[in-house]
Amino acid sequence: MARGMAGKGFGMPGEVPGWVNYALLPLLNLLAAFILSGLIILVIGENPLDVLALMVTEAVGYPEAIGYTLYYTTSYIFTGLAVAVAFHCGLFNIGGEGQAYMGGLGAGLVGLAMTGWPWPVVAVAGVLVSALFGAAWAWIPGWLQARRGSHIVITTIMFNFIAASIMTYLLVDVLIKPGQQSPETREFDPGTWLPSMDRALGWIGIEVAPSPLNLSFAWALACCALFYLFLWRTRWGYEIRTVGQNERAAVYAGISPARNIVLAMVISGALAGFVGVNEILGVQHRLLLNFTGGVGFVGIAVALMGRNHPVGIILAALLFGMLAQGGGQVSFEYPTVNRELVMVIQGLVILFAGALENLFKPQVEALFRKRGARNEGRA
Amino acid sequence: MDEVFLAILLLVDATIRVATPLVLAAFAALYGERAGVVDIGLEGKMLAGAFFAAAVASSTGNPWLGLLAGIAASVALSLVHGFACITHNGNQVVSGMAINILVAGLAPTLAYAWFHQGGQTPLLPSSARLPQVHLPGVEVLSPIPVIGPIYREIFDDANVLIWLTVLVVIATHWVLTRTRFGLRLRAVGESPAAVDTAGISVTKLRYQAVIITGVLTGVAGAYLSTAHGAGFVRDMTAGKGYLALAALIFGKWRPWPTLFACLLFAFTDAVQVRLQGVPLPVVGVIPVQFIQMLPYVLTVLLLAGFVGKAVAPKASGIPYVKER
Repeated sequence: MARGMAGKGFGMPGEVPGWVNYALLPLLNLLAAFILSGLIILVIGENPLDVLALMVTEAVGYPEAIGYTLYYTTSYIFTGLAVAVAFHCGLFNIGGEGQAYMGGLGAGLVGLAMTGWPWPVVAVAGVLVSALFGAAWAWIPGWLQARRGSHIVITTIMFNFIAASIMTYLLVDVLIKPGQQSPETREFDPGTWLPSMDRALGWIGIEVAPSPLNLSFAWALACCALFYLFLWRTRWGYEIRTVGQNERAAVYAGISPARNIVLAMVISGALAGFVGVNEILGVQHRLLLNFTGGVGFVGIAVALMGRNHPVGIILAALLFGMLAQGGGQVSFEYPTVNRELVMVIQGLVILFAGALENLFKPQVEALFRKRGARNEGRA
Repeated sequence: MDEVFLAILLLVDATIRVATPLVLAAFAALYGERAGVVDIGLEGKMLAGAFFAAAVASSTGNPWLGLLAGIAASVALSLVHGFACITHNGNQVVSGMAINILVAGLAPTLAYAWFHQGGQTPLLPSSARLPQVHLPGVEVLSPIPVIGPIYREIFDDANVLIWLTVLVVIATHWVLTRTRFGLRLRAVGESPAAVDTAGISVTKLRYQAVIITGVLTGVAGAYLSTAHGAGFVRDMTAGKGYLALAALIFGKWRPWPTLFACLLFAFTDAVQVRLQGVPLPVVGVIPVQFIQMLPYVLTVLLLAGFVGKAVAPKASGIPYVKER
């Protein structure tokens, strides 16, 4: 009953013509969010169109910028898929942030422990261990929801804070590099680093500009394909979706909701944990505080905008990646704008694409009904 | 003996000061949730209240205008939440989340553009901060043992908003149990269909509830920036909105237990500040982070039914759709 908060089939498309639901409504919502963001930019005294133009240039205008944008996109794909798989089971996993943090811990421990090993071995170990840590951190709220009926939204919020406390403790008191002030581990052995995309493409003779983009981008795309195959082409995926659509029907069909809730949360946590591979093994090469920086929350927006489908999630992650990279650069050009502007736009997009997703629906639906009726009359 | 007694009094005093914004925010959420509107956007609303209170207090020099501005900003966000969740049946968790992220960006953005001080407002002079209430007779009562120090350390010179919070707690208990509005509010959180059948507007009641939520979170924010602190600093709520939510659940959505939970969480915080690096008997030094995570762990355990059982208002979080 507690999961009633997410509503039945929340985030799932309703009974409107396909492309309207998948393309038109999200675009309208996005437009509304951008118009409001433009007004806020006006309020702080800048020209919104100039800011927008600069943002787009800084996000996709030159090769290095594209690399940065795709690097942000990578993490957003992971957390977007994480939120989406839980949505498909009717669960609202708001704990992507904590699960990504824990995944980073797993990746960091691999990086610290596997000095001297070749990077492919480290990469595979990193993927496995970060998935394990993320999954474990999601398993507890999942189990508590399934077996004890505690509300997953509240539990995962609490687990975000608990994860943050544990990580602060570990970095300040345990894993910190001796003789250093800032709470960080030592840098990993360069041989264990996940190769950056420019290095990897260099091996096959393709030259691209250096950027934080690394091989985990390829893993993110692979996860999208696996996500699709798992949810729509396997029995387990079918069971998860059935539980999400109608728990009672699932019980009648002999599907255990409890088992699937735990399974969906474990997969969700593992996906969120991969953020650690991108950030820790791919870019930072050491474990540090707050490297997640809100990716878990952006994942919610990505899943909502992407309609819980891998293709939609890639597109939405790309949009948020552009926003993160372009918006971050704007603050260097404009003295009155700072980095937090990105969060304003993110918040507005979540508001319009998520909470107010039905804002334009009645009007748009009415418009289509009217047109449909007119066409019928003519025939 | 006297020193120990004074130390305890100072601890109680610190607990009250830390608990005040928690109590205000938790009671704010109590109104919303008892009416069936879940609010995880407390954090954002408090932050907006804190920023606008400090911004207006700083530019006008009048903390009361600041308080009003903080309340207005927070109520405006509440109405956005209401518009999304009550009028458009949107998802309440997503809406709250959006408000949190929006304000976490908006407050520093505006502060940065308006005050040019790296995302904070100028330091407020004491004339632009909400005053403390000086009680009469401190000198007379002071020599009396026990009563004198208690009166001097705890009751005297408490901020005006602390007294307001005391009123809010008592008023909430009275409103929820003794008034028609309160009974209807609780009914709409348990069974909106029944309320609707009785000819009472579910929409109106829920909007009233979220407006109260907005007012109280606005006061909580103003307390942080113009009473407890002296100006807005980036991310100054620091998770207090979520902690208040935890306290509300820990208090099982009821006024007195919620108050107790807020005081307990505030007490662990006050103790935590004093315990840093101090070894305890048997266990030795407890890392600060473990004390900090205690409220969250307790809430998880409670929700899981390992310590008591928390039962949420039945219709909490579910949009009310009238059957056609």
